[in-house]
Amino acid sequence: MARVIVLTSGKGGVGKTTSAAAIAAGLALRGKRTVVIDFDVGLRNLDLVMGCERRVVFDFINVINGDAKLNQALIKDKRNDNLYIFPTSQTRDKEALKRDGVERVLEELKENFDYIVCDSPAGIEHGAITALYFADSAIVVTNPEVSSVRDSDRILGILASKSRRAEHNLEPVDVHLLLTRYSLERVKKGEMLSVEDVKEILSIPLLGVIPESESVLRASNTGTPVAFDGESPAGRAYLDAVARFVGEQREMRFVQPERRSIFRTLFGRA
Amino acid sequence: MRRLLDLLFPERRNSAVIAKDRLKIVLAHERASRDAPDFLPALQKELLEVVARYVEIRSDMIRVNVGQSGDTSLLEINVEIDGAKAKPVKNRAAPVTRPPQPTPRFEPEAAAPWVKQSG
Repeated sequence: MARVIVLTSGKGGVGKTTSAAAIAAGLALRGKRTVVIDFDVGLRNLDLVMGCERRVVFDFINVINGDAKLNQALIKDKRNDNLYIFPTSQTRDKEALKRDGVERVLEELKENFDYIVCDSPAGIEHGAITALYFADSAIVVTNPEVSSVRDSDRILGILASKSRRAEHNLEPVDVHLLLTRYSLERVKKGEMLSVEDVKEILSIPLLGVIPESESVLRASNTGTPVAFDGESPAGRAYLDAVARFVGEQREMRFVQPERRSIFRTLFGRA
Repeated sequence: MRRLLDLLFPERRNSAVIAKDRLKIVLAHERASRDAPDFLPALQKELLEVVARYVEIRSDMIRVNVGQSGDTSLLEINVEIDGAKAKPVKNRAAPVTRPPQPTPRFEPEAAAPWVKQSG
């Protein structure tokens, strides 16, 4: 049975699209038939990150409105046969993303794919709610920074109350934390919330920690999902996260235990 | 102990610790109000109107909360009456003619009638 995964965060600019591209690529590399859908109507960007911006003919809204068939809109990735990209429309009419239309398209996709990765827009408006509504799993992309953590908490509340699973009293959406733009150096200096801090505050299982890395910008510059760059720290971290998502045990990289100052060791955490 | 140390050495608290503490406080607040049912503000307003017929009261003197006590949801209504300044009878919407009723007692152990029993 196909699984619908939403990449969501509330806050913008935390790495949802980068993560959606990388996770979809990672799943495809594992032989899973995967489609990644851009839900950010009006601000299409997944196509650029995936490097297929010049191949977009029809989009999500065209398919919802019946102006194009699904297989006319899906773009097959040139690097991996299991990976497809479903671009969104550049229309300014955000309401074009009708829930019943989205449901119909997802049902059709479920027949052909193992994983349907939904890249949510930022915010908690119509587009973001539609992106998370049908999710079976949610990957909450969070930066170790106060506004991002707060917005992630808000999104977790919405997943627990407004998703299809919540509304129909089904098993709750399976939620995962993906901590991105992590800098161990800054955590050690006490300048950044640590993995443990964020886990404690949000209290959801950790899927992965993606280090702040030059390779992320390099990947988006060239339109390559960063998971295809298995040599880079971020690429490896995404591949680990995908492995954990499908149930493998992988040790967390880039997260050494917190170094405690002499002061705190002496006086404990009273 | 920690507070004392913070007071003595404020620069000891690094910014990540401050961030975590601030987040914990704001999220505790937001999570509590997030689960509150939508009718609370309206209920609070109507309660205020009724109580104001009898005693002088300001809007900040009524607090309505929904809480949890074990398996039971609690609707908690706090009305603060400042020195119980009763209004003269003629101002009341309806004169009190009924015989005194026994004061309803709220028993947290028993499920309140408005609590939907699950399972």
